[in-house]
Amino acid sequence: MTDLNSPELQLVRFRRRVYFAGALVLVCFALLFSRFFWLQVVRHDYYATRAEDNRIALLPVTPNRGLIIDRKGEVLARNYSAYTLEIQPSRVADLETTIDELAQLVNIEARDRKRFRKLMDESRNFDSLPIRTRLTDEEVARFIAQRYRFPGVEVRARLFRQYPNTELASHVLGYMGRINRRDAERIEEAGVADNYRGTDHIGKSGLELSYESDLHGVTGFEQVEVTAAGRAVRVLSRTPPQNGNNLRLTLDAGLQRVVEQAFGERRGALVAIEPSSGGVLALVSKPTFDPNLFVDGIDSANWEALNTSADHPLLNRAIYSAYPPGSTFKPFMALGALTAGKRTPQFAIADPGHFDFGGHRFRDDKVGGHGSVDMHKSIVVSCNTYYYRLAADWGIDGIAGFMAQMGLGSRTGIDIEGEATGVLPSPEWKKKRFKKPEQQKWYAGETISVGIGQGYNAYTMLQLAHAVSILAADGVVYKPHLVKQVENVRTGAVREIEPQPTRRVNLKPEHIAVIKQAMEDVNKAGTGARAFAGAPYVAAGKTGTAQAFSLRGAQYRGGKLAEKLRDHALFIAYAPADDPKIALAVIVENAGFGAQSAAPIARQVFDYYLLGNTPAGPAPEDADATDSE
Amino acid sequence: MQLTASRWSALRERIFGLLSALDPPLLAITFVLLSLATLVMASATADFSFRFDAHLVNLAVALGVMLVVAQIPPLRLMQLALPFYVVGVVLLIGVELFGETSKGAQRWLNIGFTRIQPSEMLKISVPLMLAWYFHRHEAQLRLRDFLVALVILLIPVGLIFHQPDLGTAILVLAAGVFVIFFAGLSWKLIIPVLAIGVVGIATLAVEGDAMCAEGVEWPGFKAYQRQRVCTLLDPTSDPRGSGFHIIQSSIAIGSGGVFGKGWKEGTQTHLEFVPERHTDFIFAVMAEEFGLLGAVVLLLIYMAMIGRGLMIAARSPLLFGRLLAGAISLSCFTYAFVNMGMVTGVLPVVGVPLPFVSYGGTALVTLCIGLGLLMSIEAHRRRRRER
Repeated sequence: MTDLNSPELQLVRFRRRVYFAGALVLVCFALLFSRFFWLQVVRHDYYATRAEDNRIALLPVTPNRGLIIDRKGEVLARNYSAYTLEIQPSRVADLETTIDELAQLVNIEARDRKRFRKLMDESRNFDSLPIRTRLTDEEVARFIAQRYRFPGVEVRARLFRQYPNTELASHVLGYMGRINRRDAERIEEAGVADNYRGTDHIGKSGLELSYESDLHGVTGFEQVEVTAAGRAVRVLSRTPPQNGNNLRLTLDAGLQRVVEQAFGERRGALVAIEPSSGGVLALVSKPTFDPNLFVDGIDSANWEALNTSADHPLLNRAIYSAYPPGSTFKPFMALGALTAGKRTPQFAIADPGHFDFGGHRFRDDKVGGHGSVDMHKSIVVSCNTYYYRLAADWGIDGIAGFMAQMGLGSRTGIDIEGEATGVLPSPEWKKKRFKKPEQQKWYAGETISVGIGQGYNAYTMLQLAHAVSILAADGVVYKPHLVKQVENVRTGAVREIEPQPTRRVNLKPEHIAVIKQAMEDVNKAGTGARAFAGAPYVAAGKTGTAQAFSLRGAQYRGGKLAEKLRDHALFIAYAPADDPKIALAVIVENAGFGAQSAAPIARQVFDYYLLGNTPAGPAPEDADATDSE
Repeated sequence: MQLTASRWSALRERIFGLLSALDPPLLAITFVLLSLATLVMASATADFSFRFDAHLVNLAVALGVMLVVAQIPPLRLMQLALPFYVVGVVLLIGVELFGETSKGAQRWLNIGFTRIQPSEMLKISVPLMLAWYFHRHEAQLRLRDFLVALVILLIPVGLIFHQPDLGTAILVLAAGVFVIFFAGLSWKLIIPVLAIGVVGIATLAVEGDAMCAEGVEWPGFKAYQRQRVCTLLDPTSDPRGSGFHIIQSSIAIGSGGVFGKGWKEGTQTHLEFVPERHTDFIFAVMAEEFGLLGAVVLLLIYMAMIGRGLMIAARSPLLFGRLLAGAISLSCFTYAFVNMGMVTGVLPVVGVPLPFVSYGGTALVTLCIGLGLLMSIEAHRRRRRER
């Protein structure tokens, strides 16, 4: 025992243990070295790549959206910068609590919450969504001071679309909205997804939609060095964005304003076209809406109001609603009859006030008839009997063939979405339209109604204005368009939308002259005379009334019918008669006679466009206007 | 004048006397290590330089403490062993009863004017106590003595583990175990324990997936401790949470390559991907900026320091000195190994700083006390020979 614990032996045994410990240290350090070697030599490339991936982020730099400017340079759509408070839902654990806490710093109302929830439903889940837009400077400061409490919440400066004239030309401009799932799919299919990184708004309707690719621009990219927290430290390289192209319209904002004002509270549509180019000068659908409401996500109350309103303000009546043209159809009937050789200008009928066909009596508005009626008089006094007979003599195929040449019943190809085809009635159309054999049959009696612009006839105001424009341009057809120039902001290059005649309707000048003379006389001595009394220029026109509701031959008493069942008032016109600068078609819904409410609007339009007179208020209704159309 | 000159020479004598206690090789190694550490610290604290200034103050204080401790002869140290140990354990019990909780663990004790962390003190007083205990029973070491030593060791370790502070508990346990090992614990006992350890690690490596499955609890472990081990086995299982540390430090080290990215050029470090980069994970900074070369130099410096410590142990004429020096040397090794192991992803993340490099005044002072003790033991041997 003592031997075992002798100091010398103890020392020897201790040193043995020291050697063992030393060996252990060496083995462990060798293990560490092999680990270093593995990480730093064998796997170096992998980790070097990972480090670079960590370090560098490719951030999109969104381009400024192009401006929309009217033909004289007035800005209709622009951008403004505002602070938004945005939440990235995927990075926030308890959304409700976070929003409650944010509400103590910035004003968040119930409608903001509702809008946010709606956005969440519509969005890609990794998006950063605004809970509040247009923060005040004070709110920004308050949030920034507390920012550390809110991971996944950020204040961003963003560009928003702004329509400075609020409701003006809303159906032309359309509106912007956040990119929803459907838009995202469309972007993906178009193969432009990269260009939309960093963009969260897109054109939803009107020019904003149809010129989206021009307006949007090309997204730039920044290679930035970021910290673990995602904070950009410095920019390594930068591909600048190319701002979107500006659109210069053929539209005249002043004219548009005059028209919208002229309608007052009435519903309806007006399209005015420059006959020498097809450029649309005004395209109005009433009532209008404020596209600014959509910019940062429309709240449900406003959305509800717009959608459930009986007046359907979102509906673009000018290009989507098709109406029977009524008597405005007559000049085209007459022109077609001359061209087809079915009538001469001198051919006259004795009008008894009705036309009997197949055991049915078709009435004229004027009891007892207009007496002897030739072509000129048939237009000036709007004699139905003349056209009942013409339709019967000419036949539906001839009518349909000619009206198709005038562009009726087919899309004009205007540069915004949502155009309706309308209905150009013909036996072929009926066969396609209906399923049952007895419904598919064309009855000769139906041709008679078509002759005065009623029956199945249904055209948009755009088509009607287009047809007037063709007449005014003596048969030259220009495609209607809203955009005159697309301007590249960076290079200054301008892409002109040239007014190219697409085709020509084969019309004889002497025939045109007959129709034009008659239409001038409508405004001098006929149904439009009261509206155009004292005008220093000569305007050609034709009034019309379209049945919103079939009366089946009973006498019409406008005032006694429910407002929605009253007839629509129409007017087509161009001026000056000798060198047409503007052609238009206008409808006022449920307003009765064309002469009464539609023609005065046209008068204000021409006074403004040709003379520069700005009217004081809505166009007057001419209560004493004759009902003889 | 003459008076002044003699005073001067007396002072010089005095200073020389103080410095003579220092061990030149150990001092040289320490200076090289601290210089390197300061360089790395300057980079790691580049974004908050006040930390660097504090680090310099810590260095000065710690070196001063080392100089003082080196003056204390081993015999005096033996007298201090028991009181230090008792005070340490009492303070730990105080922490248990009245301690302040921070970050989920009860480690601090408020003693009126400041807060202290008694567990740190035990890193020194436990090996001191055990070395003294074995030294007292030098003549007749029996199994009973080893059992008593075990109890002396397990009381503070248990208390620290209960705080919970796994990192410190492991370090105190290791220091005590090293004393017992050097005191001559039978190989018959050492080998089975080592074997169990190896088998345990192997089991974890093979059965890790099953053991880390959702809802499985490990008896005797806290959830976060289990999490650390599981994260180590598969860092990608929790890339945003605790796995983030290991993944990012591995990227930092691996991307450093052989020669490193250069001083203050580490992207992982300076873009804040490396967590705790001036404290526990400072090795990642070092390996990113100085590469494999820097890491190997660091290993060599540690090996020199540990080697010098073991040499002092092997030459000490006193059993107390041998045991204490051996334990301190191996403790330093444990610090370094556990820290580098966890930062490189081979050991679980336990809060162990890299000795002499990581930021932290308390740890630095503790380490320098250890160096002072080594120097005191070596100085005692030299003086004895001179005599």
